[in-house]
Amino acid sequence: MSVLLIAEINDGTLAMDATAKAVTAAAKLGDVTVLCAGETCADAAAEAATIDGVAKVLCAEDALYGHRLAEAVAALIVSVADDYSHIVAPATTDAKNILPRVAALLDAMVITDVTAVVDADTFERPIYAGNAVQTVKSKDDKKVISFRTSTFDAAGTGNSAAVETIGAADDPALSEWVADKVAESDRPELTSAGVVVSGGRGVGSEDDFALIEKLADKLGAAVGASRAAVDSGFAPNDWQVGQTGKVVAPELYIAVGISGAIQHLAGMKDSKIIVAINKDEEAPIFQVADYGLVADLFEAVPELNEKL
Amino acid sequence: MKVLVPVKRVIDYNVKVRVKADGSGVDLANVKMSMNPFDEIAVEEAIRLKEAGKADEVIAVSIGVKQAQETLRTALAMGADRAILVEATDDVHTDIEPLAVAKILAKVIEEEQPGLVLCGKQAIDNDMNATGQMLSALLGWSQAMYANNVDIDGDHAVVTREVDGGLQTIKVKMPTIISTDLRLNEPRYASLPNIMKAKKKPLDQKTAADYGVDVSPRLEILSTSEPEARKAGEIVGSVDELVSKLKEAGAV
Ligand SMILES: Cc1cc2nc3c(=O)[nH]c(=O)nc-3n(C[C@H](O)[C@H](O)[C@H](O)COP(=O)(O)OP(=O)(O)OC[C@H]3O[C@@H](n4cnc5c(N)ncnc54)[C@H](O)[C@@H]3O)c2cc1C
Ligand SMILES: Nc1ncnc2c1ncn2[C@@H]1O[C@H](COP(=O)(O)O)[C@@H](O)[C@H]1O
Repeated sequence: MSVLLIAEINDGTLAMDATAKAVTAAAKLGDVTVLCAGETCADAAAEAATIDGVAKVLCAEDALYGHRLAEAVAALIVSVADDYSHIVAPATTDAKNILPRVAALLDAMVITDVTAVVDADTFERPIYAGNAVQTVKSKDDKKVISFRTSTFDAAGTGNSAAVETIGAADDPALSEWVADKVAESDRPELTSAGVVVSGGRGVGSEDDFALIEKLADKLGAAVGASRAAVDSGFAPNDWQVGQTGKVVAPELYIAVGISGAIQHLAGMKDSKIIVAINKDEEAPIFQVADYGLVADLFEAVPELNEKL
Repeated sequence: MKVLVPVKRVIDYNVKVRVKADGSGVDLANVKMSMNPFDEIAVEEAIRLKEAGKADEVIAVSIGVKQAQETLRTALAMGADRAILVEATDDVHTDIEPLAVAKILAKVIEEEQPGLVLCGKQAIDNDMNATGQMLSALLGWSQAMYANNVDIDGDHAVVTREVDGGLQTIKVKMPTIISTDLRLNEPRYASLPNIMKAKKKPLDQKTAADYGVDVSPRLEILSTSEPEARKAGEIVGSVDELVSKLKEAGAV
């Protein structure tokens, strides 16, 4: 069995954590070849070659792949797909955008958000916002899979796999990049952070969200949010944790002013320790919290910030 | 321009899901079913395009059991002009996979020739997040998934997408497939008069066989189980107690 793993690359930089976690999952399936695609990606390819368990790295450098447009990247993946039994990637928004397109071009059914590899054909994945776990066996010749990174440990580094340059595939010329709006932040990345502090509707306003951010900074944490906080404009969309946002599993997750709807729990219930601060003692979040504090967040959070 | 909106009948998002004790699946008998929430956003966006004079007809399509008629009536009550039901199974527990759904939709599109398909980002039952991308591949069309803002302008669309890093804006060639994210719009409720009117709007009934599409699954479901439950811990009495517990646990 041979596996083609699509590395997560943004602006020429390898997302090491997501890629190394996907390598751990992919290594259970066979020899892993990592595909790096970008406008520039030589550095990313060199870094991917250091991940333990990687047999080979393919590097496709072309302006066409600078913004990871689905049509162009899918065409590239399909152009090299013949050599592989499995095509896999970490379940990022980029991969979720691209892999189903690849699967359809190969007449295969994509298997998304896989949380466990049973064997080369059989996988576990959560459904219904994580309220059930399905074990599925694929009948397709080629399997196209995204791995939920929060359930796999990152592979180590120290390897020096060979890097091979490959040419670009034809340009489908269907879409163009216009702009990115990316907030620069010194905080750790949400899906790989050891500590996450999240705020919900209870925080009340964008200004008051500073309380959450201050606590996060004190703890060296990433900041998360519920859907309600994002919809209300308190927090940007890329902070949303949940069924249809990001899935996180940090050592410590602190939920502030979040009720604990199943759609939110789907994104954080595998955290090691969960703390909930909510003024409503009936809030469902307390049913999953290791430590619950029934309190007004406007008093409790500043006090916590001071005493930590 | 015609706009096609695929809508899926799913368990209502407020219902507590129960896994059947024998591991054969999730219990869907006598459970409240609704339109997939992302598809309500897609229907809303399509209607707004019509109201803005950018679309002249909105067609809702659902694939699955005959009860999906109710979902289509909801789309009609919101403002879709007509609907197509494609019966692909008679068992409410059988989920038609995105690849098969995309193949059927591709056939419908061949007949209807829409200029735009607006679908949901993800069905909240199977959580696949795949159908729109697959459909776009089968048609050789462009794709713009996870839309937060859509601007249709003649032969192209400018779409802002919700991505892991924030927002990305792309320009795609028409015809295209756009999938909706949560912040695209707030769907309207159907008014009572519109619910009445919807009963008279045309609803075509077809079967998967009419389109010659094989809907047998590629993923055999071996079992469905409950996830490991998380137990509630303790309620602490004060911030001081919380801090000392966290220190004890080595969490801070
Ligand atoms: C299709 C779909 C997808 C969804 N995806 C997601 C998702 O990915 N992520 C997600 O989070 N949600 C998601 N949701 C939404 C989800 O169902 C809930 O609506 C949402 O999580 C609620 O957010 P919240 O807990 O912040 O708000 P609320 O439920 O309104 O809770 C606010 C909480 O704050 C508490 N509070 C208020 N004031 C204070 C105070 N001063 N001090 C302390 N506590 C206070 C209240 O007691 C309450 O418990 C989705 C919903 C749908 C339909
Ligand atoms: N059986 C179906 N009938 C109609 N539309 C569907 C069906 N399945 C999926 N879709 C559409 O595809 C979107 C994504 O679904 P999925 O790929 O299953 O997560 C949904 O939001 C719908 O718009």
